[in-house]
Amino acid sequence: MAETMTKKSRFQNGKWKNYISYAVILAFLIILIVINLTKGLGFSDKSTLPRIAFSCMLAVSLNLVVGFLGELSLGHAGFMCVGAYLGCYTANVLRGAGGMPELLVIVISMLVAGIVAAIFGFIIGLPALRLKGDYLAIATLAFGEIVRCIFKNLPFFGGAMGMSTKLYDGNTLFIIAFVTLLFVVFCCQNLINSKHGRAVVAIRDNEIAAKAMGINVTYYKLLIFMVAAFFAGMAGVLYGATIGTIRQETFSYNYSIEILVMVVLGGMGSINGSLIAAAVITWLNITLQSQLSGALAPVKSIVYALILIVIVIFSNAPAMKGFRESINPRNWKRKGPDDAGKIKNDAAQWDRIPTKIHMDDPLSVDTRTTYADSPVPPDVVVKNRDEFYVKPEKPADGKEEK
Amino acid sequence: MAVAINGLSLGAIYALIALGYTMVYGIAKMLNFAHGDVIMVGAYIIYTMCMFTWNIGSMPIWLSSLISFVVAMAVCTCLGIVIEKVAYKPLRGASPLAALITAIGVSYLLQGIAQLIWGADQRTISILDRLGTVNLGSYVIKWSAIITVVVGAIIMVCLVMFIKKTRTGRAMLAVSEDKGAAQMMGVNVNAIVSITFAIGSGLATFASMFYLPITSVSPTLGAMPGIKAFAAAVIGGIGSIPGAMLGGVLLGVVEVVCNSISAVASYTTAIEFALLIIILLVRPIGLLGKKRRIKV
Repeated sequence: MAETMTKKSRFQNGKWKNYISYAVILAFLIILIVINLTKGLGFSDKSTLPRIAFSCMLAVSLNLVVGFLGELSLGHAGFMCVGAYLGCYTANVLRGAGGMPELLVIVISMLVAGIVAAIFGFIIGLPALRLKGDYLAIATLAFGEIVRCIFKNLPFFGGAMGMSTKLYDGNTLFIIAFVTLLFVVFCCQNLINSKHGRAVVAIRDNEIAAKAMGINVTYYKLLIFMVAAFFAGMAGVLYGATIGTIRQETFSYNYSIEILVMVVLGGMGSINGSLIAAAVITWLNITLQSQLSGALAPVKSIVYALILIVIVIFSNAPAMKGFRESINPRNWKRKGPDDAGKIKNDAAQWDRIPTKIHMDDPLSVDTRTTYADSPVPPDVVVKNRDEFYVKPEKPADGKEEK
Repeated sequence: MAVAINGLSLGAIYALIALGYTMVYGIAKMLNFAHGDVIMVGAYIIYTMCMFTWNIGSMPIWLSSLISFVVAMAVCTCLGIVIEKVAYKPLRGASPLAALITAIGVSYLLQGIAQLIWGADQRTISILDRLGTVNLGSYVIKWSAIITVVVGAIIMVCLVMFIKKTRTGRAMLAVSEDKGAAQMMGVNVNAIVSITFAIGSGLATFASMFYLPITSVSPTLGAMPGIKAFAAAVIGGIGSIPGAMLGGVLLGVVEVVCNSISAVASYTTAIEFALLIIILLVRPIGLLGKKRRIKV
């Protein structure tokens, strides 16, 4: 068994899922670049694309905390706020000094924003060690509101009017945004698939057991909080470069919740899912916002809310479980061989299910002599179990699934 | 003195909202994010009904206000039950996070619907304001603040009596202790959960009535008091009814005191939430939360 495991290639191990996200993001980026060079993207597309990219970054980084560490955080927009203000302030200072290429400015400001946000992540990670579940959620929410309130009142960050920063060139901003996204996804996937990532998942599954196995829970919780905050801070700089004016109202707890919704709808603990959900929700938000204006503007939040409620009830309600399993493609595929393991309800097949205990023999023991006259020799039972089952017919549509 | 009364009145409002949070949390083990928006709906209904009855004329103002308040209360109570049946009941037994997300969805939905019906602009209406002010010695105090404190206190005493003395109240306690065991003892859990949501929404209507003199009516009216009341519920120990009252009053007094000192007035929100974090750090289960705490 172990031998076959080592022989398996990365693709058979399911690691191909990691590469799919890189491939899709890269392909998407290349197509976009080609379109932009040949036809030219519209003005609205140029601002939509970076938004999708930084939403994906936020969702992936929050997924580290919620999906992998298993702690509910409602303050992710707070880290983004810190990153946006500090990063764009740095960018403004660097531009004021002059003589630096724009690309370098944005990279340096992203690094500064990430580091400052990570320090804040450390600060909020400390209470996270004492609090659990809903209490941690409200503490992180409070943190987000505190950050907003402080930035609103600091005069050198523009105060209530917001801080303005230079809009980045639309033709290259989306490339920078997607390359940063690639970097974030790369870091997150490698972190999760490493020894550290397995330790984090162990903490999520059972903290006490993880502690007993010698995992430093404090260290890993702080690490994940800081990494997530780092990426959120970077996303904040991209936000500033896309929007131009940073206002603290944007980073209210509603925004944190929106990121959380992306993570939950995409599937907690699934980076690819977060990417898809973040892209779709952001696109949906922007499209609905631009399509519905004036008196119809609230229809956007109604549609958004209805989609949210229906999807969550559909995918989580215990009453819908049977229906969910019947439409899940994985179950079509599995039906064939797996069904053999189940005990049949059909009484006519019961005598064909090999058991080691023979009810007719008064003192049956699992030895060859006892089974001498039994219809099913025990050795055969172990080696070729499948021969003795009536294999159910495989569903026709299940075969087509890869 | 004026600061104290105003603080107590704001605290009473927060406590009323926090009771809704804490009761629902005790019974259904979920954070009802849509609670703040029930307050908003209540405020809009009061506004609309007042406008309607005042236009008819020939009705004394106290009567029309009372009618609109009763209508708002009925609507909000029904709304609470409908939300519970449609959005939360299918998810009972699923992960708490799923219920949290649906609650957020319901919150957006209510805000969207309110904006569709009443528009996004802010409206003001004076009901309790009309009572004017009273001079106590050298202090000028609003009647609305005094009424809020008095009525709030009466409601809380009634609620505690209801929970301690009536069959339904004790059934609520039982469900919050152990849902399965309560069901085996013949408690109708579904009915109890619905009643809890109904009471929570009814209390929210009181809160919206008392909140009207302080603020203007808009679709996002419920967001900030909702989140602060939630913080109050957590400060007091979520699931604990006296805790919610204590937390609400504490937060209200802190907010008014901070607002009255000009040096820190603009940092009020930060101070309140910092208080929350500090209390959670010192006592992670809240002020009155206990290991075996009495919760509904």
